[in-house]
Amino acid sequence: MDENIILIKVIDREDQTHEIEAPTDMNMNLMEICKAYDLPVKGTCGGMAMCASCHCYVESEHEISDASDDEEDMLDQAFFVENNSRLGCQVFMNEKLNGLIVRLAKEND
Amino acid sequence: MIETDIIIIGAGPCGLFTVFEAGLLKLRCHLIDSLPIPGGQCAEIYPKKPIYDIPGYPSILAGELVDNLMKQIEPFKPGFTLGERVENVEKKEDNTFIVTTNKGTQHAAPVIAIAGGLGCFEPRKPPISNILDFEDRGIDYIIKDPEKFRNKNVVLSGGGDSALDWAIFLAEDLASNVSLVHRRNSFRGHPDSVDKVYKMAKENKINLITDAEVVGLNGNESLNSIDIKQKSEGLINLNIDYWLPLFGLSPALGPIANWGLNVSKNSIEVDTLDYSTNVSGVFAIGDINTYKGKLKLILCGFHEATLMVQSAFKIIYPDKKLSFKYTTVMGEVKGF
Repeated sequence: MDENIILIKVIDREDQTHEIEAPTDMNMNLMEICKAYDLPVKGTCGGMAMCASCHCYVESEHEISDASDDEEDMLDQAFFVENNSRLGCQVFMNEKLNGLIVRLAKEND
Repeated sequence: MIETDIIIIGAGPCGLFTVFEAGLLKLRCHLIDSLPIPGGQCAEIYPKKPIYDIPGYPSILAGELVDNLMKQIEPFKPGFTLGERVENVEKKEDNTFIVTTNKGTQHAAPVIAIAGGLGCFEPRKPPISNILDFEDRGIDYIIKDPEKFRNKNVVLSGGGDSALDWAIFLAEDLASNVSLVHRRNSFRGHPDSVDKVYKMAKENKINLITDAEVVGLNGNESLNSIDIKQKSEGLINLNIDYWLPLFGLSPALGPIANWGLNVSKNSIEVDTLDYSTNVSGVFAIGDINTYKGKLKLILCGFHEATLMVQSAFKIIYPDKKLSFKYTTVMGEVKGF
Protein backbone atom coordinates (compact mmCIF):
# COMPACT_ATOMS: atom_id res chain seq x y z
CA MET A 1 0.00 0.00 0.00
CA ASP A 2 1.05 3.59 -0.66
CA GLU A 3 3.11 4.78 2.30
CA ASN A 4 1.02 7.96 2.50
CA ILE A 5 -2.26 6.14 2.99
CA ILE A 6 -3.68 4.80 6.26
CA LEU A 7 -6.75 2.69 6.90
CA ILE A 8 -9.35 3.95 9.34
CA LYS A 9 -12.77 2.72 10.43
CA VAL A 10 -15.74 5.04 10.73
CA ILE A 11 -18.89 3.69 12.37
CA ASP A 12 -21.93 5.65 11.21
CA ARG A 13 -25.13 6.40 13.14
CA GLU A 14 -26.77 3.25 11.76
CA ASP A 15 -23.94 1.21 13.27
CA GLN A 16 -22.44 0.46 9.85
CA THR A 17 -18.66 0.27 9.78
CA HIS A 18 -16.90 1.88 6.84
CA GLU A 19 -13.28 0.97 6.32
CA ILE A 20 -11.72 3.78 4.35
CA GLU A 21 -8.35 4.88 3.08
CA ALA A 22 -7.11 8.26 4.24
CA PRO A 23 -4.17 10.13 2.76
CA THR A 24 -1.68 11.47 5.30
CA ASP A 25 0.16 13.84 2.99
CA MET A 26 -2.70 16.21 2.15
CA ASN A 27 -3.22 17.92 5.52
CA MET A 28 -6.72 16.44 5.67
CA ASN A 29 -8.75 16.05 8.82
CA LEU A 30 -11.24 13.38 9.73
CA MET A 31 -14.25 15.57 8.90
CA GLU A 32 -12.92 16.18 5.38
CA ILE A 33 -12.15 12.48 4.90
CA CYS A 34 -15.69 11.55 5.94
CA LYS A 35 -17.19 14.12 3.58
CA ALA A 36 -14.98 12.88 0.74
CA TYR A 37 -16.47 9.40 1.24
CA ASP A 38 -20.02 10.82 1.44
CA LEU A 39 -20.42 9.74 5.05
CA PRO A 40 -23.13 11.73 6.89
CA VAL A 41 -20.90 14.43 8.39
CA LYS A 42 -22.04 17.99 7.71
CA GLY A 43 -18.90 19.94 8.58
CA THR A 44 -21.04 23.07 8.57
CA CYS A 45 -18.39 25.55 9.73
CA GLY A 46 -15.82 24.23 7.29
CA GLY A 47 -13.38 22.97 9.91
CA MET A 48 -12.98 25.86 12.34
CA ALA A 49 -14.11 23.88 15.40
CA MET A 50 -17.18 26.06 15.54
CA CYS A 51 -20.23 23.93 14.92
CA ALA A 52 -19.73 20.41 16.34
CA SER A 53 -21.44 18.82 13.35
CA CYS A 54 -18.39 16.52 13.04
CA HIS A 55 -18.56 15.41 16.69
CA CYS A 56 -17.34 11.81 17.03
CA TYR A 57 -16.06 9.33 19.61
CA VAL A 58 -12.59 7.86 19.34
CA GLU A 59 -13.06 4.15 20.03
CA SER A 60 -9.48 2.93 19.55
CA GLU A 61 -6.50 3.59 21.79
CA HIS A 62 -4.67 5.88 19.37
CA GLU A 63 -2.85 8.87 20.72
CA ILE A 64 -4.29 12.00 19.22
CA SER A 65 -2.96 15.48 19.93
CA ASP A 66 -4.83 17.22 22.75
CA ALA A 67 -7.90 19.26 21.94
CA SER A 68 -7.26 22.99 21.50
CA ASP A 69 -9.14 25.61 23.53
CA ASP A 70 -11.38 26.23 20.52
CA GLU A 71 -12.27 22.55 20.32
CA GLU A 72 -12.92 22.29 24.08
CA ASP A 73 -15.09 25.43 23.91
CA MET A 74 -17.15 23.91 21.14
CA LEU A 75 -17.50 20.57 22.92
CA ASP A 76 -18.85 22.51 25.91
CA GLN A 77 -21.71 23.65 23.70
CA ALA A 78 -22.34 20.28 22.08
CA PHE A 79 -24.61 17.49 23.32
CA PHE A 80 -24.00 13.77 23.90
CA VAL A 81 -20.40 14.59 24.85
CA GLU A 82 -18.32 11.79 26.40
CA ASN A 83 -14.74 11.51 27.61
CA ASN A 84 -13.64 10.22 24.19
CA SER A 85 -15.44 12.97 22.26
CA ARG A 86 -13.53 14.87 19.59
CA LEU A 87 -14.36 17.12 16.69
CA GLY A 88 -13.44 15.32 13.49
CA CYS A 89 -12.20 18.55 11.93
CA GLN A 90 -9.47 18.78 14.56
CA VAL A 91 -8.16 15.25 14.06
CA PHE A 92 -5.52 15.44 11.33
CA MET A 93 -4.51 12.35 9.44
CA ASN A 94 -1.00 11.06 10.07
CA GLU A 95 0.68 7.66 9.93
CA LYS A 96 0.26 7.11 13.68
CA LEU A 97 -3.51 6.99 13.18
CA ASN A 98 -3.42 3.86 11.04
CA GLY A 99 -6.20 1.60 12.32
CA LEU A 100 -8.10 4.46 14.01
CA ILE A 101 -11.70 3.64 14.89
CA VAL A 102 -14.23 6.45 15.35
CA ARG A 103 -17.97 6.51 15.83
CA LEU A 104 -20.09 9.43 14.61
CA ALA A 105 -22.00 11.11 17.43
CA LYS A 106 -25.78 11.45 17.32
CA GLU A 107 -27.12 14.58 15.71
CA ASN A 108 -29.47 16.82 17.65
CA ASP A 109 -32.00 17.88 15.02
CA MET B 1 -44.39 48.20 3.91
CA ILE B 2 -40.71 48.65 3.10
CA GLU B 3 -40.24 49.01 -0.67
CA THR B 4 -36.97 48.56 -2.51
CA ASP B 5 -35.45 47.14 -5.69
CA ILE B 6 -33.67 44.10 -4.24
CA ILE B 7 -34.48 42.39 -0.96
CA ILE B 8 -31.33 40.68 0.24
CA ILE B 9 -31.93 37.87 2.71
CA GLY B 10 -28.77 37.52 4.76
CA ALA B 11 -26.41 40.33 5.73
CA GLY B 12 -23.14 38.39 5.56
CA PRO B 13 -20.22 39.53 3.39
CA CYS B 14 -21.89 38.36 0.22
CA GLY B 15 -25.20 40.08 0.96
CA LEU B 16 -23.39 43.28 1.92
CA PHE B 17 -21.31 43.36 -1.25
CA THR B 18 -24.48 42.89 -3.32
CA VAL B 19 -25.52 46.36 -2.13
CA PHE B 20 -22.37 47.82 -3.68
CA GLU B 21 -22.72 46.13 -7.05
CA ALA B 22 -26.45 46.90 -7.16
CA GLY B 23 -25.72 50.50 -6.18
CA LEU B 24 -23.41 50.94 -9.15
CA LEU B 25 -26.43 50.09 -11.32
CA LYS B 26 -28.58 52.54 -9.31
CA LEU B 27 -30.55 49.74 -7.70
CA ARG B 28 -31.54 50.12 -4.06
CA CYS B 29 -31.29 47.28 -1.55
CA HIS B 30 -32.73 46.27 1.79
CA LEU B 31 -31.10 43.57 3.89
CA ILE B 32 -32.86 41.23 6.32
CA ASP B 33 -30.96 39.09 8.81
CA SER B 34 -31.97 36.98 11.79
CA LEU B 35 -28.90 38.14 13.71
CA PRO B 36 -29.01 41.53 15.44
CA ILE B 37 -25.84 42.72 13.69
CA PRO B 38 -24.67 42.66 10.06
CA GLY B 39 -21.80 40.37 9.04
CA GLY B 40 -23.28 36.87 9.23
CA GLN B 41 -20.82 34.12 10.14
CA CYS B 42 -17.93 36.61 9.96
CA ALA B 43 -19.48 38.61 12.78
CA GLU B 44 -21.18 35.83 14.74
CA ILE B 45 -18.80 32.88 14.54
CA TYR B 46 -15.30 34.10 13.79
CA PRO B 47 -14.87 37.91 13.94
CA LYS B 48 -11.33 37.59 15.31
CA LYS B 49 -10.12 34.98 12.83
CA PRO B 50 -7.93 36.04 9.91
CA ILE B 51 -8.96 35.30 6.34
CA TYR B 52 -6.13 34.91 3.84
CA ASP B 53 -7.88 34.61 0.48
CA ILE B 54 -9.58 37.96 0.03
CA PRO B 55 -7.91 39.38 -3.08
CA GLY B 56 -5.70 42.32 -2.23
CA TYR B 57 -5.58 41.51 1.49
CA PRO B 58 -2.71 39.22 2.54
CA SER B 59 -4.63 38.83 5.80
CA ILE B 60 -7.77 40.44 7.16
CA LEU B 61 -9.83 39.68 10.26
CA ALA B 62 -13.38 38.57 9.45
CA GLY B 63 -14.73 41.39 11.61
CA GLU B 64 -12.59 43.93 9.75
CA LEU B 65 -13.84 42.66 6.42
CA VAL B 66 -17.40 43.28 7.59
CA ASP B 67 -16.50 46.79 8.79
CA ASN B 68 -14.87 47.55 5.44
CA LEU B 69 -17.86 46.24 3.51
CA MET B 70 -20.21 48.36 5.62
CA LYS B 71 -18.08 51.40 4.77
CA GLN B 72 -17.96 50.47 1.09
CA ILE B 73 -21.75 50.23 0.79
CA GLU B 74 -22.51 53.25 2.96
CA PRO B 75 -23.00 55.63 -0.03
CA PHE B 76 -25.82 53.40 -1.26
CA LYS B 77 -27.76 53.74 2.02
CA PRO B 78 -29.05 50.17 2.32
CA GLY B 79 -31.98 49.49 4.62
CA PHE B 80 -31.70 46.86 7.35
CA THR B 81 -34.23 44.67 9.10
CA LEU B 82 -32.07 42.97 11.74
CA GLY B 83 -32.93 40.40 14.40
CA GLU B 84 -35.86 39.17 12.33
CA ARG B 85 -36.16 35.96 10.40
CA VAL B 86 -37.85 35.77 7.03
CA GLU B 87 -40.86 33.49 7.42
CA ASN B 88 -42.82 33.93 4.26
CA VAL B 89 -42.24 34.87 0.63
CA GLU B 90 -45.22 35.52 -1.59
CA LYS B 91 -45.28 36.48 -5.28
CA LYS B 92 -48.10 38.82 -6.30
CA GLU B 93 -49.75 38.97 -9.73
CA ASP B 94 -47.59 41.90 -10.83
CA ASN B 95 -44.51 39.74 -10.00
CA THR B 96 -43.67 41.77 -6.89
CA PHE B 97 -42.46 39.70 -3.97
CA ILE B 98 -43.78 40.33 -0.47
CA VAL B 99 -41.33 39.15 2.15
CA THR B 100 -42.63 38.88 5.71
CA THR B 101 -40.54 38.29 8.83
CA ASN B 102 -41.40 36.43 12.03
CA LYS B 103 -42.19 39.83 13.61
CA GLY B 104 -44.58 40.74 10.80
CA THR B 105 -42.34 43.32 9.07
CA GLN B 106 -43.26 43.40 5.37
CA HIS B 107 -40.96 44.18 2.46
CA ALA B 108 -41.80 44.49 -1.23
CA ALA B 109 -39.46 44.24 -4.22
CA PRO B 110 -39.34 42.81 -7.75
CA VAL B 111 -36.16 40.85 -6.96
CA ILE B 112 -34.98 38.72 -4.04
CA ALA B 113 -31.35 37.75 -3.49
CA ILE B 114 -30.94 34.95 -0.98
CA ALA B 115 -27.50 35.28 0.56
CA GLY B 116 -28.38 33.19 3.56
CA GLY B 117 -25.04 31.44 4.11
CA LEU B 118 -25.56 28.44 6.33
CA GLY B 119 -29.13 29.46 7.10
CA CYS B 120 -30.53 31.15 10.20
CA PHE B 121 -28.64 31.03 13.45
CA GLU B 122 -30.78 29.47 16.12
CA PRO B 123 -30.09 28.54 19.73
CA ARG B 124 -28.79 25.01 20.31
CA LYS B 125 -31.51 23.15 22.13
CA PRO B 126 -30.61 20.38 24.57
CA PRO B 127 -31.89 16.96 23.48
CA ILE B 128 -34.68 16.54 26.03
CA SER B 129 -37.85 15.03 24.59
CA ASN B 130 -40.42 17.47 26.05
CA ILE B 131 -38.30 20.63 25.78
CA LEU B 132 -40.61 22.21 23.18
CA ASP B 133 -43.55 22.01 25.63
CA PHE B 134 -41.85 24.49 27.94
CA GLU B 135 -40.41 27.02 25.48
CA ASP B 136 -41.54 30.47 26.67
CA ARG B 137 -43.18 28.65 29.61
CA GLY B 138 -40.12 28.50 31.78
CA ILE B 139 -37.40 27.95 29.19
CA ASP B 140 -35.63 30.82 27.43
CA TYR B 141 -32.64 30.31 25.13
CA ILE B 142 -31.99 34.02 24.73
CA ILE B 143 -32.31 36.54 27.54
CA LYS B 144 -34.14 39.57 26.26
CA ASP B 145 -35.63 41.05 29.42
CA PRO B 146 -33.66 40.18 32.58
CA GLU B 147 -36.32 41.89 34.72
CA LYS B 148 -38.61 38.90 34.27
CA PHE B 149 -36.21 36.89 36.45
CA ARG B 150 -36.47 39.27 39.42
CA ASN B 151 -37.08 37.30 42.61
CA LYS B 152 -37.31 34.06 40.63
CA ASN B 153 -35.62 30.73 41.00
CA VAL B 154 -33.39 30.41 37.93
CA VAL B 155 -31.13 27.65 36.63
CA LEU B 156 -28.65 28.28 33.82
CA SER B 157 -26.82 25.61 31.80
CA GLY B 158 -23.60 26.02 29.86
CA GLY B 159 -19.92 26.62 30.44
CA GLY B 160 -19.12 29.54 28.16
CA ASP B 161 -19.06 33.28 28.62
CA SER B 162 -22.73 33.75 28.04
CA ALA B 163 -23.73 31.30 30.83
CA LEU B 164 -21.13 32.74 33.21
CA ASP B 165 -21.95 36.39 32.54
CA TRP B 166 -25.69 35.89 32.91
CA ALA B 167 -25.26 33.80 36.05
CA ILE B 168 -23.24 36.65 37.60
CA PHE B 169 -25.69 39.29 36.42
CA LEU B 170 -28.79 37.46 37.66
CA ALA B 171 -27.20 36.48 40.97
CA GLU B 172 -26.02 39.98 41.78
CA ASP B 173 -29.38 41.28 42.91
CA LEU B 174 -32.06 40.16 40.55
CA ALA B 175 -33.06 36.52 40.88
CA SER B 176 -33.76 35.04 44.29
CA ASN B 177 -31.84 31.85 43.52
CA VAL B 178 -29.32 31.14 40.78
CA SER B 179 -27.89 27.73 39.93
CA LEU B 180 -25.36 27.07 37.20
CA VAL B 181 -25.20 23.57 35.76
CA HIS B 182 -22.19 22.57 33.68
CA ARG B 183 -21.12 19.30 32.09
CA ARG B 184 -17.56 19.53 33.39
CA ASN B 185 -15.97 20.82 36.58
CA SER B 186 -14.04 23.61 34.89
CA PHE B 187 -15.23 26.62 32.94
CA ARG B 188 -13.75 27.90 29.72
CA GLY B 189 -15.08 31.45 29.78
CA HIS B 190 -13.11 34.64 30.36
CA PRO B 191 -10.84 34.12 33.43
CA ASP B 192 -12.32 37.17 35.24
CA SER B 193 -15.82 35.77 34.84
CA VAL B 194 -14.73 32.30 35.95
CA ASP B 195 -13.09 33.77 39.11
CA LYS B 196 -16.17 35.80 39.87
CA VAL B 197 -18.47 32.78 39.52
CA TYR B 198 -16.30 30.75 41.92
CA LYS B 199 -16.25 33.67 44.37
CA MET B 200 -20.03 34.03 44.23
CA ALA B 201 -20.38 30.28 44.67
CA LYS B 202 -18.31 30.49 47.86
CA GLU B 203 -20.57 33.29 49.11
CA ASN B 204 -23.59 31.08 48.35
CA LYS B 205 -24.85 33.54 45.76
CA ILE B 206 -24.53 31.00 42.96
CA ASN B 207 -25.26 27.33 43.42
CA LEU B 208 -22.68 25.57 41.23
CA ILE B 209 -23.61 22.11 40.01
CA THR B 210 -20.74 20.74 37.91
CA ASP B 211 -20.12 17.36 36.27
CA ALA B 212 -23.83 17.51 35.66
CA GLU B 213 -26.46 18.04 33.04
CA VAL B 214 -30.18 18.68 32.95
CA VAL B 215 -31.92 15.51 31.79
CA GLY B 216 -35.59 15.97 32.67
CA LEU B 217 -38.23 18.70 32.66
CA ASN B 218 -41.41 18.59 34.72
CA GLY B 219 -44.52 20.74 34.93
CA ASN B 220 -48.04 21.10 33.63
CA GLU B 221 -48.80 24.51 32.14
CA SER B 222 -45.27 25.73 32.78
CA LEU B 223 -41.95 24.43 34.03
CA ASN B 224 -41.95 23.62 37.80
CA SER B 225 -38.88 21.48 38.27
CA ILE B 226 -35.91 19.96 36.49
CA ASP B 227 -33.99 16.73 36.92
CA ILE B 228 -30.23 17.06 36.95
CA LYS B 229 -27.93 14.08 36.51
CA GLN B 230 -24.79 14.60 38.56
CA LYS B 231 -21.82 12.25 38.26
CA SER B 232 -21.39 11.40 41.96
CA GLU B 233 -24.78 12.30 43.46
CA GLY B 234 -27.00 10.82 40.76
CA LEU B 235 -30.35 12.41 40.05
CA ILE B 236 -31.13 15.78 41.68
CA ASN B 237 -34.57 17.35 41.41
CA LEU B 238 -34.78 21.15 41.68
CA ASN B 239 -37.91 23.27 41.92
CA ILE B 240 -37.43 26.24 39.64
CA ASP B 241 -39.21 29.04 37.78
CA TYR B 242 -36.88 29.31 34.79
CA TRP B 243 -34.26 27.24 33.01
CA LEU B 244 -31.90 29.05 30.65
CA PRO B 245 -29.92 26.61 28.48
CA LEU B 246 -27.12 28.73 26.95
CA PHE B 247 -25.28 26.55 24.44
CA GLY B 248 -24.64 29.08 21.69
CA LEU B 249 -26.14 29.30 18.23
CA SER B 250 -26.08 26.92 15.33
CA PRO B 251 -27.21 27.47 11.76
CA ALA B 252 -30.19 25.77 10.15
CA LEU B 253 -31.71 26.26 6.68
CA GLY B 254 -35.02 27.08 8.36
CA PRO B 255 -38.06 28.30 6.44
CA ILE B 256 -36.06 28.79 3.19
CA ALA B 257 -36.64 25.08 2.57
CA ASN B 258 -40.39 25.77 2.15
CA TRP B 259 -40.32 28.50 -0.50
CA GLY B 260 -40.65 26.23 -3.52
CA LEU B 261 -37.00 26.46 -4.50
CA ASN B 262 -35.00 23.48 -5.74
CA VAL B 263 -32.92 22.47 -2.75
CA SER B 264 -30.28 19.77 -2.64
CA LYS B 265 -28.20 18.91 0.43
CA ASN B 266 -29.29 22.05 2.30
CA SER B 267 -28.27 24.30 -0.60
CA ILE B 268 -30.29 26.09 -3.29
CA GLU B 269 -29.66 24.98 -6.87
CA VAL B 270 -28.83 27.83 -9.23
CA ASP B 271 -27.97 28.48 -12.87
CA THR B 272 -24.38 29.70 -13.05
CA LEU B 273 -25.32 32.12 -15.82
CA ASP B 274 -26.65 34.56 -13.22
CA TYR B 275 -27.20 32.51 -10.04
CA SER B 276 -30.95 32.49 -10.61
CA THR B 277 -33.08 29.85 -8.92
CA ASN B 278 -36.00 27.92 -10.39
CA VAL B 279 -38.29 30.80 -9.28
CA SER B 280 -38.04 33.76 -11.65
CA GLY B 281 -36.86 36.87 -9.79
CA VAL B 282 -35.26 34.91 -6.95
CA PHE B 283 -31.49 34.53 -6.94
CA ALA B 284 -29.22 32.69 -4.50
CA ILE B 285 -25.60 33.66 -3.94
CA GLY B 286 -22.77 32.74 -1.61
CA ASP B 287 -22.58 29.71 0.65
CA ILE B 288 -26.28 28.95 0.37
CA ASN B 289 -26.25 28.04 -3.34
CA THR B 290 -24.92 25.01 -5.12
CA TYR B 291 -23.84 24.26 -8.67
CA LYS B 292 -21.29 22.05 -10.40
CA GLY B 293 -17.87 23.04 -9.13
CA LYS B 294 -19.20 25.25 -6.30
CA LEU B 295 -16.66 26.45 -3.74
CA LYS B 296 -17.95 28.02 -0.55
CA LEU B 297 -15.59 30.97 -0.54
CA ILE B 298 -16.31 34.62 0.20
CA LEU B 299 -14.48 35.63 -2.95
CA CYS B 300 -16.71 33.36 -5.06
CA GLY B 301 -19.76 34.90 -3.38
CA PHE B 302 -18.58 38.37 -4.40
CA HIS B 303 -18.32 37.22 -8.02
CA GLU B 304 -21.77 35.65 -7.87
CA ALA B 305 -23.27 38.84 -6.44
CA THR B 306 -21.71 40.90 -9.22
CA LEU B 307 -23.15 38.80 -12.03
CA MET B 308 -26.48 38.39 -10.28
CA VAL B 309 -27.27 42.13 -10.13
CA GLN B 310 -26.90 42.37 -13.92
CA SER B 311 -29.86 40.03 -14.35
CA ALA B 312 -31.69 41.72 -11.50
CA PHE B 313 -31.40 45.01 -13.43
CA LYS B 314 -33.02 43.44 -16.49
CA ILE B 315 -35.95 42.21 -14.37
CA ILE B 316 -36.42 45.58 -12.68
CA TYR B 317 -35.95 47.69 -15.86
CA PRO B 318 -36.78 45.37 -18.79
CA ASP B 319 -36.68 48.24 -21.31
CA LYS B 320 -33.48 49.93 -20.17
CA LYS B 321 -30.09 49.19 -21.65
CA LEU B 322 -27.26 48.42 -19.28
CA SER B 323 -23.78 49.60 -20.15
CA PHE B 324 -20.71 48.18 -18.45
CA LYS B 325 -18.30 50.67 -16.89
CA TYR B 326 -15.21 50.29 -14.70
CA THR B 327 -15.46 52.05 -11.34
CA THR B 328 -12.19 53.76 -12.25
CA VAL B 329 -13.90 55.31 -15.27
CA MET B 330 -17.02 56.27 -13.31
CA GLY B 331 -14.94 58.13 -10.78
CA GLU B 332 -15.78 58.53 -7.13
CA VAL B 333 -18.67 56.33 -6.07
CA LYS B 334 -21.87 58.36 -6.18
CA GLY B 335 -24.46 57.10 -3.79
CA PHE B 336 -28.09 57.89 -3.30
